[in-house]
Amino acid sequence: MALFSFLDRQHTVAPPGYSRWLIPPAALCVHLCIGQVYAFSVFNLPMTKLLGITQSTPDDWKLTELGWIFSIAIFVLGASAAVLGRWVEEGGPRKAMFAAALCWGGGFVVSALGVWVHNIWIVYLGYGVLGGVGLGIGYISPVSTLIKWFPDRPGMATGMAIMGFGGGAFIASPLSVWLMSKFASPTHIGVAGAFVVMGIIYTIFMLVGSTIVRVPAPGWKPEGYVAPAQPKKLITTQNVYVYQALKTPQFWLIWWVLCLNVTAGIGVLGQASAMSQEMFPGRVTPVAAAGFVGLMSLFNMAGRFFWASTSDLIGRKNTYFVFFALGILLYAMVPQTGAAGSVTLFVLCFLVIISMYGGGFATVPAYLRDMFGTRYVGAIHGMLITAWSMAGIFGPVLVNYIRQYNLDHGVAKAQAYNITMYVMAVLLAIGFICNYFIQAVHEKHHMSSEEIAEEAAEAAL
Amino acid sequence: MSNSASNNGLKLVLAWGFVGIPLAWGVIETAINALKLFQ
Repeated sequence: MALFSFLDRQHTVAPPGYSRWLIPPAALCVHLCIGQVYAFSVFNLPMTKLLGITQSTPDDWKLTELGWIFSIAIFVLGASAAVLGRWVEEGGPRKAMFAAALCWGGGFVVSALGVWVHNIWIVYLGYGVLGGVGLGIGYISPVSTLIKWFPDRPGMATGMAIMGFGGGAFIASPLSVWLMSKFASPTHIGVAGAFVVMGIIYTIFMLVGSTIVRVPAPGWKPEGYVAPAQPKKLITTQNVYVYQALKTPQFWLIWWVLCLNVTAGIGVLGQASAMSQEMFPGRVTPVAAAGFVGLMSLFNMAGRFFWASTSDLIGRKNTYFVFFALGILLYAMVPQTGAAGSVTLFVLCFLVIISMYGGGFATVPAYLRDMFGTRYVGAIHGMLITAWSMAGIFGPVLVNYIRQYNLDHGVAKAQAYNITMYVMAVLLAIGFICNYFIQAVHEKHHMSSEEIAEEAAEAAL
Repeated sequence: MSNSASNNGLKLVLAWGFVGIPLAWGVIETAINALKLFQ
């Protein structure tokens, strides 16, 4: 449609003199908004009192029903990133960000309707499905554009955007509480109003990002940048077609590397508050535990930028070796910190672990670029996101079930997490082995010059 | 040339401020809460 032609890739090519440093804020406009998903839990308790206002009534929603909203959104995130990755890649970042803005903002507005008429299925459809599609498209939309603008520092560039996803919850959490207080009345708890305002704010914020974003002109290079004369063994100069990447062992090895790294981190992230209080009874209060969770989320965010930038210097494979080796050591140390009663060491261990959890997310797009080239990296990244969805199930299940098994067998609460920590260390050891086996992609998977020419001709139509 | 550079500079300040200010606010709020760990 001509009306929306300004969204097309060919209409987003940067003019001469355009600063590439405008791309990270454009990406952040999207990631800071969709990062709200990590703070959705602030709505859970108020949503159990939509009818009763001061306390839950029998007709109010239960926490178990509300938990599905987040789960559906994360599941749809993975599915839509995998299915729509190629469309995002070929349509260009502006079209993808525009679509993500409408889906994400629209998801909030539809959910507000669901809250207003008190129908949870509308909320599932709004935040879970529509919002989930916005999450999936939004998450992958700026990745390949950033990599193309920063061939000299792809890790740092994608790290900056994905850091925003971690930071989105910092903004959303106090904003949600403040908005609910503004819309609260004797007859309403303020959730619907907060949803509508957040939907509008997020849509505008993301649309600003889609307006700013540009793709570099063909053949563009940063000033003074010279591609390495001697290509590095693990950094390809070729491209692998999106579906061809699925046929390579490298894709599946990286899939497991991400899945295992995330599994180890996500399990403790959700249980950090309870774990710190149970391992140090009487010494870590609920208030201090909440502070610990806040500190962990800061390290989760900072780790995304720090480790992804470090990977530009030491290489992607080495960065994951650090994650796994250091992670094994730290997870094995946690039970000792409990036995020694050292809260400081316990906190330090988890801060480093959680920084590497965030770092794993942020470094993986550059790892994919090294393996499969820049052409389809966004789409390939989209398919890799399924590893995150799987880890989102494995991690919490492992931590919760092993803890419960220990408690059922008479293990004291303070020691109930010890086996979990050793299991996490074993998972990281498997991740280390997967990472070890990652080699350069065989040239038979590379796109031929005819395929590239054919693609260019199709794009010109 | 200098016009284009100053134009770019202004765009950069606006774009980074647009995302940086809310992010900084969120980080400060979280850091204040995190300090409770040490109290």
